[in-house]
Amino acid sequence: MHSFGYRANAVLAFSVTILALICGIASFSDNFNSPSPDAQVRVLNINWFRKKPDGNDEVSLTLNISANLESLFTWNTKQVFVFLAAEYKTPKNALNQVSLWDGIIPSKEKAKIRIHTTNKYRFIDQGSNLRGKDFNLTLHWHVMPKTGKMLRDNLVMSGFRLPEAYR
Amino acid sequence: MGWIEESVASIKSFKIRQALHQAVSLGMIVASALMIWKTLMCVTGSESPVVVVLSESMEPGFSRGDILFLYLSRDPIRVGEIVVYNIDGRDIPIVHRVIKVHERKDTGEVDILTKGDNNEGDDIPLYAPDQYWLQRHHIMGRAVGFLPYVGWATIIMTEKPIIKYVLISVLGLLAITSND
Repeated sequence: MHSFGYRANAVLAFSVTILALICGIASFSDNFNSPSPDAQVRVLNINWFRKKPDGNDEVSLTLNISANLESLFTWNTKQVFVFLAAEYKTPKNALNQVSLWDGIIPSKEKAKIRIHTTNKYRFIDQGSNLRGKDFNLTLHWHVMPKTGKMLRDNLVMSGFRLPEAYR
Repeated sequence: MGWIEESVASIKSFKIRQALHQAVSLGMIVASALMIWKTLMCVTGSESPVVVVLSESMEPGFSRGDILFLYLSRDPIRVGEIVVYNIDGRDIPIVHRVIKVHERKDTGEVDILTKGDNNEGDDIPLYAPDQYWLQRHHIMGRAVGFLPYVGWATIIMTEKPIIKYVLISVLGLLAITSND
């Protein structure tokens, strides 16, 4: 009953239980954080706007993104993945979501971002619906924990209207 | 001399009973592990509720050996979610992030494009030839929870099968020789 094997087993089982419990508590403690990030995004320029040979519209934008995401970080946060998506409706599609830019914020110290960039991923429509199209710019974030539940949320920004003609 | 035969018989029957008991308890362990797994499959709606990260394509968020818990509800797939997908004809599922979603108005069908956070380009080269989008049926689950390092055990066991066999035989031996 009190052999070495039994004691080792008991110690191992106990420490695994405690570790699991601590992981659970760490993840649960994220619930007490109520983040209030703020962000502004401006479309500075339409670099070009064309219909691709396959018939789909494509546009290239220059964006200015500034955001303060410090409040998303807790002690259980490994990193925050932040990205900007264009969202719009077309006659064929009830929802189109296209990522334009994304970035990884590794720590709270780097959570104030101010970025001037062209769209990192190609903004291509399924079809030719982008002329004169209103779309919403939405800043999404995905909080990746050191352990436990992953959290995501977003902030809908001002809309933007694409011009009526290709350029 | 009858009492010798009697005691031999009792010892024999005892051995058999004990052996049967051990076999039953071993069977119970295996069966309950299977039951837990199948229950998890039912609850999460995903055909593999727990996956081990095998590649470095989602660094620094997910490293090799981390464990992800999957959940597949009826909610539509949205951009930014980390999904596990399986391409027809490939046996290893891939954990990557959704970067584009186009959802049809009439049928509700959805075109999804994914990308690994640590990869330069999107996943079209990983898809089947002439496949440019994922559909709903490729998605095995979306990652909702994360536990670091625990998956290393399975990585070591798949890469060094000898360790797996040693471990199984030691555990089996312990289960057979233990007296509870």
